[in-house]
Amino acid sequence: MSETTKGRRDLRVEMMRSQLGRVRGLGSAKSGVHHWWGERVTAIALVPLTLWFILSIYRLAGLDQPALAHWAASPVHTVLLICLVLATFHHMQLGLQVVIEDYVHTEATRFTLLLLVKAISVVLALACLVSVLKLAF
Amino acid sequence: MVEFALPANSRVGKGRSYPAPAGAKRVKAFHVYRWNPDDGQNPRTDSYELDLDACGPMVLDALIKIKNEVDPSLTFRRSCREGICGSCSMNIDGSNTLACLKPIEDVKGAVRINPLPHMAVVKDLIPDLSQAYAQLRSIEPWLKADTPPPPDAERLQSPRERHKLDGMWECILCFCCTTSCPSYWWNGDRYLGPAVLLAAYRFIADSRDEATGDRLDALEDPFKLYRCHTILNCTQTCPKGLNPAKAIGEIKQLLVERQT
Repeated sequence: MSETTKGRRDLRVEMMRSQLGRVRGLGSAKSGVHHWWGERVTAIALVPLTLWFILSIYRLAGLDQPALAHWAASPVHTVLLICLVLATFHHMQLGLQVVIEDYVHTEATRFTLLLLVKAISVVLALACLVSVLKLAF
Repeated sequence: MVEFALPANSRVGKGRSYPAPAGAKRVKAFHVYRWNPDDGQNPRTDSYELDLDACGPMVLDALIKIKNEVDPSLTFRRSCREGICGSCSMNIDGSNTLACLKPIEDVKGAVRINPLPHMAVVKDLIPDLSQAYAQLRSIEPWLKADTPPPPDAERLQSPRERHKLDGMWECILCFCCTTSCPSYWWNGDRYLGPAVLLAAYRFIADSRDEATGDRLDALEDPFKLYRCHTILNCTQTCPKGLNPAKAIGEIKQLLVERQT
C-alpha cells in the first residue's frame, strides 16, 4: 500500500502478473508426504528408543570402559544404538528443514542453510555410528 | 527473514479522541485502527466513547453508530449483520472474529478493533483479500465429474455421504482463520491457509466429485499444504465454530493413505 501513498508523485507498478498467476506460481512440487510422514515415524520410534537409552545409561553409570564395551557388543544393544542414532539425526534434519523453510525467506540463505543442516546431520550421524561400531567390535 | 517489527511507515501512532455525549451513563471506549492511503500519514488509533444505552449489542452496531453519528470517515466492510456474509471480519480484543457476532459486553475494558492481521490494508479496517481469493480460485472450488448427471435429475448422495460435508459447507470465507495463522503470515504467498484448505477438502470429501486424485496432486506440496503445523489458531478463532485444522489433517491422512 505504501506504493499508493508514494504514487501521488511517482506512479510505478512493479508487478502486473495476475493474483491467480502468482498464487499458482511454479505449481505443486508433488512431494512433501514423505517428509511429513518420516517426521512422524521417527518421532514415534524415538519415544521407546530414547527411553531405553536413558534408562540404560542410568543403569550403566559408573561402569568402566571395558564393561561398557561389553554391554554395547551385545547384538541387541548394538542394533538398538544404531536405530537410535539414525532416527535421531534423521528426525533432527527433517525438523530443522521445516524451521528453515518457515522462517528464512532469502533464497540464497535458505538454500545454504538447508544444505548445511543436511551435511551436519550426516556427519554427526556417521560419527555416532562409527563410535557405536568401534565400541561394539 | 521473518520480520517481527513493523516497517517505519506502518507503526501505529496515537489518534484522536471522541468523548462520550454528555449525560451518558454506560460509557464504553472503542480503540479503532485508522489508516488513510491518501494522506501520507502513519496509521493511528482513534478512541471513540459511546453510550451503550443508545447502541445495539454487537461490536458492528457500535461501528455503525460511530460511522453514522460520530465520524463518517470510518471505513469498514459489512453487509448482512447476522454472520452469514463474512464481510465484517476483523481483529477484536486480540482475536479474529465477525464484528456482527461479537457482543460488546464480552469485552472487558476498552474494545480494541484492528483489521485482520498481517494483510495489506486498503483503508481503516478493510484488508486486501485479493491474494486469499485467488488462492481459493486456485483449488478450483467447484464440482468436477466426468459421469454425466442423470437426465432431468440432480446428482444424488446418500445421507451418509452428505453428512461428510457438514462442518465445511458452513464456511463463509471471512478469512478469520487464515489471517490468524503464523504460517500464513510468514509464507502466505505460497501456503494456501486454513480457509482455502478447508474448501479444498470440502470437494475432496464430496461423494459426487470425481477429481479427488487431481485435487490431492495439486495440494501435495511442502508449501501449499505442509506449512500447516497444526497449532489450531484457525479452529480456535473461527466465528462459525468450524474446524479447518481437522480438514487439513484429513488431507494429510489421505496423502499417506494413497502411498501405502
